Amino acid sequence: MVMIRELQEGLFAGGSAEEMINSLFEKIRRSRLNAYNHIAEDQALERAREFDRSPWEGSLAGVPIAIKDSISTRGIETNCSSRILSGYVPPYDAHVIERLKEEGAIIIGKTNMDEFAMGTSTETSYFGPTKNPWDLDRVPGGSSGGSAAAVAAGEAPAALGSDTGGSIRGPASFCGIVGIKPTYGLVSRYGLVSYANSLEQIGPLAMDVEDAALVMEAISGHDPRDSTSVKSEGGYLSGLNGGVEGLTFGVPKEYFGEGVGEGVDPEVERSVWDAISKLEELGASWKMVSLPHTKYALAAYYIIAMSEASSNLARFDGLRYGLRLGADQDWHSTFSEIRAAGFGPEVKRRILLGTYALSAGYYGRYYLKALKVRTLIKQDFERALSSGGADLLVTPTMPFPAFKIGERIEDPLSLYMADVFTVPINLAGVPAISLPCGFADGLPIGLQIIGRHFDEVSLLRAAKAYEDATPYHEAVPKEVI
Amino acid sequence: MAGGDVIIGLEVHVQLNRLRSKLFCGCSTDYHASDPNTHTCPVCLGLPGTLPVMNRRAVEYAIRVALALNCEIQGETLFYRKNYYYPDLPKAFQITQYDFPLGMGGSILIKGEDGEEKKIRITRVHMEEDPGRLVHAGTIDRAKYSMVDYNRCGMALLEVVTEPDLRSPKEARSFLDKLRNILEYLDVFDGGLEGAMRIDSNISLVGGERAEVKNISSHKGVEKALAYEITRQRSARRRGVAQVQETRHYDELRAITVSIRTKEEAHDYRYFPEPDLVPMRIADWVPEVEAELPELPDAKRERFVAEYGIADDHARSLTSEIRVANFYEVVAKRAPSRLAAAWIADVLKGELNYRDITIDKFSPDHMVEILSMLEGGKITEKGAVEVIRTILDHSGDLSEVTPTRVVEAKGLARAGNDAVKAAVRAAVEESAQAVADYRAGNEKAINFIVGVVMKKTRGRADPGEANRLVKETLDEI
Amino acid sequence: MITGEDVDHISWLASIKVSEEERAAFVASFNSVLDYFHQLDELETDDVEPTYRVVDLTNVFREDVAKESLSQEESLRNASRMENGYFKSPRIV
Repeated sequence: MVMIRELQEGLFAGGSAEEMINSLFEKIRRSRLNAYNHIAEDQALERAREFDRSPWEGSLAGVPIAIKDSISTRGIETNCSSRILSGYVPPYDAHVIERLKEEGAIIIGKTNMDEFAMGTSTETSYFGPTKNPWDLDRVPGGSSGGSAAAVAAGEAPAALGSDTGGSIRGPASFCGIVGIKPTYGLVSRYGLVSYANSLEQIGPLAMDVEDAALVMEAISGHDPRDSTSVKSEGGYLSGLNGGVEGLTFGVPKEYFGEGVGEGVDPEVERSVWDAISKLEELGASWKMVSLPHTKYALAAYYIIAMSEASSNLARFDGLRYGLRLGADQDWHSTFSEIRAAGFGPEVKRRILLGTYALSAGYYGRYYLKALKVRTLIKQDFERALSSGGADLLVTPTMPFPAFKIGERIEDPLSLYMADVFTVPINLAGVPAISLPCGFADGLPIGLQIIGRHFDEVSLLRAAKAYEDATPYHEAVPKEVI
Repeated sequence: MAGGDVIIGLEVHVQLNRLRSKLFCGCSTDYHASDPNTHTCPVCLGLPGTLPVMNRRAVEYAIRVALALNCEIQGETLFYRKNYYYPDLPKAFQITQYDFPLGMGGSILIKGEDGEEKKIRITRVHMEEDPGRLVHAGTIDRAKYSMVDYNRCGMALLEVVTEPDLRSPKEARSFLDKLRNILEYLDVFDGGLEGAMRIDSNISLVGGERAEVKNISSHKGVEKALAYEITRQRSARRRGVAQVQETRHYDELRAITVSIRTKEEAHDYRYFPEPDLVPMRIADWVPEVEAELPELPDAKRERFVAEYGIADDHARSLTSEIRVANFYEVVAKRAPSRLAAAWIADVLKGELNYRDITIDKFSPDHMVEILSMLEGGKITEKGAVEVIRTILDHSGDLSEVTPTRVVEAKGLARAGNDAVKAAVRAAVEESAQAVADYRAGNEKAINFIVGVVMKKTRGRADPGEANRLVKETLDEI
Repeated sequence: MITGEDVDHISWLASIKVSEEERAAFVASFNSVLDYFHQLDELETDDVEPTYRVVDLTNVFREDVAKESLSQEESLRNASRMENGYFKSPRIV
């Protein structure tokens, strides 16, 4: 286990960044997790040596950070775990990478993920699945599974992921760490390879709430290159220790018992109720609230995500970058064969279904319908989180702990069902955090706290108060030596 | 080509090339003399992860155009993705407008086939991004491969769509000339740049399916392409072959159209609102732009007639190009306005066209000087034409060639009265035969003597004046 | 119901060649996913406005300022086929 703050203390006390990063690389090379697609060894070590020669300032000075492979890094291959993008090296940095560098961080490598972020298990990666450090036979969650596994196993003190329908929170839950999906618009998407633009955000994965807040503070804020980016106040660190007294938590009844809550593992449900009791103990109050359209969220989410994806992923044709096959034929046949060879089955499935959902005669039935349902779901959250309602909502992050590699991959629908508690948040655009709240048979369970638009401060404050009062984030997986 | 059986509608793609940067990124629009793929960035190359950000001035220019084309402006307008594959389209979708285009329901006036003013209805004006440019190794239907230059990719385009109101290639040309003229008045467009205006045309014969002819890149090309297509469709009809709905590519070099897509591959563009851009509320902005709209060609023409007392034909000719109109106004303030109109519209424009150069190459000061010499009888009309030609053909420093210097150097000053009278006396003396013929009643014989006078004065005498003096002299004797 | 022909049409639109084997598998999985999607039909949404985006922003612009572009070398660096500064594309017709 590596914490940002401990690392920084070591560096301030005269420790060598180069040695520290070298030992991380040593660990990554020995690792059985397959958390990384590429290690940026030369760039990282050079920057570490520079830092050792004349240390710079910054909230993340000298801190090594791992980056999901869907976030563009200048000079470091960025392939989204897809064959079609293999060999692609961006000539530019994503906004979040610029921000991390400005705060002094050192990018150490790119982490494995579901191909183009399409998955809940990191099994759809062209480079093979990442393993869960708590049990190597199990998935780390997805799509930011590489980032979560790396952090949980001490192969990076913190990482960036992206969350389109739970892709940060799910892996955080399965790997027993903290992950934040910020409010839509809070973090610039410039440089994030799009899967579903209207849903996704970049966010941090870290060992505890404070480290996650530190990274949030660095990456959030307005970027003129993203038209959907908003100005924000920040203040996540300074507001961290305010406690939960006076806060009202809403417990959405649809997430428990009947309806979508039906398939929830009893251990998961018990842990979440324990967490609610703990919050109450800490001075918060809670009440049941209703999000009546929850059962429609998955269908609406997948229609929107697949439709946007079918357009976003159309550009991969091998002409300007990425995979190009042998002899060219006419352009359409050439592109069709490159795309047939370059995409894995799940990506093809989503592109084709998305294409269908947008095609003539079906737009109204699928895409437009899903966007209308999105309105209803957004209104559910607005009502539940209105001034007379709750300040925050509490739910499980995932309905069950990490499942076995291969267990669900053959049945797309059963895989999609795993996102049932996370996708409504992306549809509504509100922020949410997942943090450890217990174990089931030695596997971590994640608690999801959901906030109002741009109220990350309350979200983090509540998470921190809960974390301070519980031991779960201190547990270390077997794989960590 | 006229004949009442032709139906033409145009989709004109106009580059807003007076902008400094592209529509969604900061790449410079000044790529015309550059190597391929040097005015490109992650955004316009469509690299993964990049996002578009709207150029404010592009929207302002689009509003200007929509207003000038008498369109109704949508108060709230948004952008869509038009999804299709083509190697010149790096994102495999074009960001364009669909429902709620910026302008709808406009019109412009052209001079119709019958010489009368004709209103051409404009369906819509919308904004979109330009794709890249394909260079074929040979012709499009035979090339083994193509090469792509994305320098122009992402340039701000306006698509102007007409109703099928045009009835001949000539009317199509006349529409395009007028459109170009308006765009240049608005200072949003320079029609002189390569690829500035590209035209797709829907063309059919009454009762037949239509062909869409793409890739027409010049006003001259339009007439040729449409004329070719009409002939092709007519002869197919004569042979009993029905026209099918199809897309044809205009091959400028061969001046023919080639079928490139038939209906079985009909497109399904899967339009949906671009999630990476936010809607534009422009209702409050429109009056501001409208207030600053410059005077447009039709209004200027009417004003020229009223203010300068010139003929409508002259006014039309002078206002058909903003540069010429501005030139005229400068000159007309300092010279007799009708004389100026005649000399600029009838003489100068012809000389410019002949040389294929623009009026920037001629100084209004020089025009004023020439007109003043003409008026003061210092040069003849013939001399004035000579001065204009000499200045236009002079390749060096313009400040060296003033009209006065040209007149001096070429000896074009109109001969004084004494000199002409002397030349007349000498000519009469030398032309005994012609004098005899004149006296015998052949009035035309006088022309020979006038010719001699002109020769003796090296053309500097006014022919009318010479004629009068010769007659006077002959009648005196 | 999605048929094999539908899959062919979609694959043409999406520019992804689909093998015979994939085609059969896609027909089955598409139908089960679409069945799941059809539960949205239960909801009456005639009077509901669609939510295209969750941020309430309008009129986001950049100023018309030209910035430096990539060099030709950088622009072409990730391409596997090029010629004289151009990207080389398969033939058009």
